[in-house]
Amino acid sequence: MKKIIAMLLALVMVFALAACGESKAPEQPAEAPAEAPADAAAETATAKDMKVGFIFLHDENSTYDLNFINAAKSACAALGFSEDQFIFRTNIPESQECYDAACELADAGCSIIFADSFGHEDFMIQAAKEFPEVQFCHATGVRAHTEGLANYHNAFASIYEGRYLAGIAAGMKLNEMIEAGEFTAEEAKMGYIGAFTYAEVVSGYTSFFLGARSVCPTVTMDVTFTGSWYDETAEKEAANKLIENGCKLISQHADSMGAPTACETAGVPNVSYNGSTLDACPNTFIVSSRIDWAPYYLYVINAVMNDEEVAADWTGTLATGSVVLTDVNEKAAAEGTVEAIADAKAKLENGELHVFDTAAFTVEGKALDSYMADVDSDADFEHETEVISDGYFHESEFRAAPYFDLQIDGINLLDTKF
Amino acid sequence: MNNQNRGPLVHIVKRGSVPWYMAWLIRGAAIILALLVCALVTTLLTGENPIQIYAAMFKGAFGTPRKVWILLQNLSILLCIALALTPAFKMRFWNIGGEGQVLIGGLASAACMILLGDKIPNWLLILIMVCASIAAGAIWAVIPGFFKAKWNTNETLFTLMMNYVAIQLVAFFVIVWEVPKGAGKVGIINQATQAGWLPQIGSYKYLLNIIIVALITIGMYVYLNYSKHGYEISVVGESERTARYVGIKVEKVIVRTMVLSGAICGIAGLLLVGGTDHTISTTIAGGRGYTAIMVAWLAKFNPIAMIFASLLLVFLSRGATEISTIFGLNHSFADILTGIILFFIIGSEFFINYKLSFRKNSKKEAEA
Repeated sequence: MKKIIAMLLALVMVFALAACGESKAPEQPAEAPAEAPADAAAETATAKDMKVGFIFLHDENSTYDLNFINAAKSACAALGFSEDQFIFRTNIPESQECYDAACELADAGCSIIFADSFGHEDFMIQAAKEFPEVQFCHATGVRAHTEGLANYHNAFASIYEGRYLAGIAAGMKLNEMIEAGEFTAEEAKMGYIGAFTYAEVVSGYTSFFLGARSVCPTVTMDVTFTGSWYDETAEKEAANKLIENGCKLISQHADSMGAPTACETAGVPNVSYNGSTLDACPNTFIVSSRIDWAPYYLYVINAVMNDEEVAADWTGTLATGSVVLTDVNEKAAAEGTVEAIADAKAKLENGELHVFDTAAFTVEGKALDSYMADVDSDADFEHETEVISDGYFHESEFRAAPYFDLQIDGINLLDTKF
Repeated sequence: MNNQNRGPLVHIVKRGSVPWYMAWLIRGAAIILALLVCALVTTLLTGENPIQIYAAMFKGAFGTPRKVWILLQNLSILLCIALALTPAFKMRFWNIGGEGQVLIGGLASAACMILLGDKIPNWLLILIMVCASIAAGAIWAVIPGFFKAKWNTNETLFTLMMNYVAIQLVAFFVIVWEVPKGAGKVGIINQATQAGWLPQIGSYKYLLNIIIVALITIGMYVYLNYSKHGYEISVVGESERTARYVGIKVEKVIVRTMVLSGAICGIAGLLLVGGTDHTISTTIAGGRGYTAIMVAWLAKFNPIAMIFASLLLVFLSRGATEISTIFGLNHSFADILTGIILFFIIGSEFFINYKLSFRKNSKKEAEA
């Protein structure tokens, strides 16, 4: 009994500490001002009886969920929603709890329900089948375009373009360090920490690498995986290991502050994801790409209010304001980074430049002129869609969620166990 | 100075038996105190009205029929695991391995659903799932049981380590079965065909689980209180030597009881994977293998009291979720409230068993 009491006391203390720590969550300035609340005001009549539910995997301590939460808040604010018109459910795991949460939100009168994590998908579909009059919108999912459910929708953004631009900032930083004589051009190696080995992550690190190589041609990259979307210790350890192995710059696709803080401690430049880590890493943070989900939220809510069809599979782009970069941290970034990014962004937008240009990468020493990708995700993993034409790999065009899963030359996978 | 005949200011004295109404008075007082402290903490930390917070907790747990069903479903799984641990605990065998036994039972169910789904008729598949998960849970529990009986190994450490082995096994198979490749999750198994899904009674998704656990509860009550096995378990728990003296084969009782304990954990895994979640992950038991230990202890190993103990814990967690949603508070705040309430309830058991005796006025003592 004594032990249990001691344990509980300790637990209470831990919880208290956790609660205190929570207030430190970096408030991220909501950049990319949500578009024109002016016409939203005209619709407030219909907006009044609208209710929207949001399901988040973690809470604002995760950079990934914070990005979604900020977007949801800004979309609701732009529409002039009152407090009782939106419900946030945080810490919903990828299990039956997600189904329960979605049904409870539908019971509470929500006409649209958003979920933010890949693993929520099956449970959202399960709920969508039960509530045909409610729209279920799932970010990062892959099944809506083949599922044939009228009220189930997926969305993603061409974030590979954002990562490419962030990669340019990384390449320029490497060039600066080479010029300063810190290491030779041949030693220019980046490190990348991914969560899992599937297309979303592969597409992300490849586009980042191609961006960097477009300005620093000798660069190579080591990639390691943690097997978890949120594991602060593992991400920190992975970053330290990469730095020890001679990586001069680190980027990551996992959702804790593990890698950025490890870089700050080691004094190694970091290109972040999901949002600015400038507050915690003032000396090493260069830039971060992220998806701004507010345009999607606004699109869906407006469509439902006007009784319009919601696309089964929606891709946000640079043009929709869905793919954005944070401000460049002048203190850590190389000179001219802002201009170089703006220049490449303009070229991406007018179609002059393609991230996955087949002239820019090789697989096992050969340039590709054809690739069948697994776009329709069914159980048999069939690679059924030709995605290379006009000299580039058409990412996020046949489906919003990424399907670029090629292992290109120049990138070295340290482990693939996940 | 006459310090030598002074006792300490406070000392703790064991109470004799406390009348039942006194015990319940202490427990009631503890709950009221806990609620008051929670109210104080709430007002100080968040500025919200504590009455509203309590109202929200009730609404979160019982607000709609669906919420009640979810509450009952969570209750039945927690209760099932607590019931599974009870015979082992009564025998003074500290089975900390509920989590692993549930996971391995769930893994066995999932394996059947993935490997045999659509290949054999559904009734046969479900029958195989039931056998497989019960067997898996039982094997996972009987390994430490056998070692304890044979070589008197430490069962607390052994069962705890078996949890980690089970977690790693599940993690391994999640990577084997993941959809799509590299995503690190299995997703809903057989979502289109529903092969291997336990049947749904009418339109009530969770009713089957609830009925099965209700039957297990009654069965366990009878088994522990009215069967020869149950009696043997109590004797072994009270004193192994006495048990040997009266001719009970202690080794046999340990192994037999652990088979039962693990088998029921296996059923909990089956209900989770085949009955509700239809997926497998390392977090599917969600720490309930450990929470169940608290349920069993709070209820003093009485299966009927366990219903109320699990109701309390599930109510607190469901209510906590509602608070964090409605008031926009972090989930950790709800955990603080749960912690305070549990602290008081467990603390009250201390005051039922012991009393504090204060030193009498020192002047009087000096005169005496």
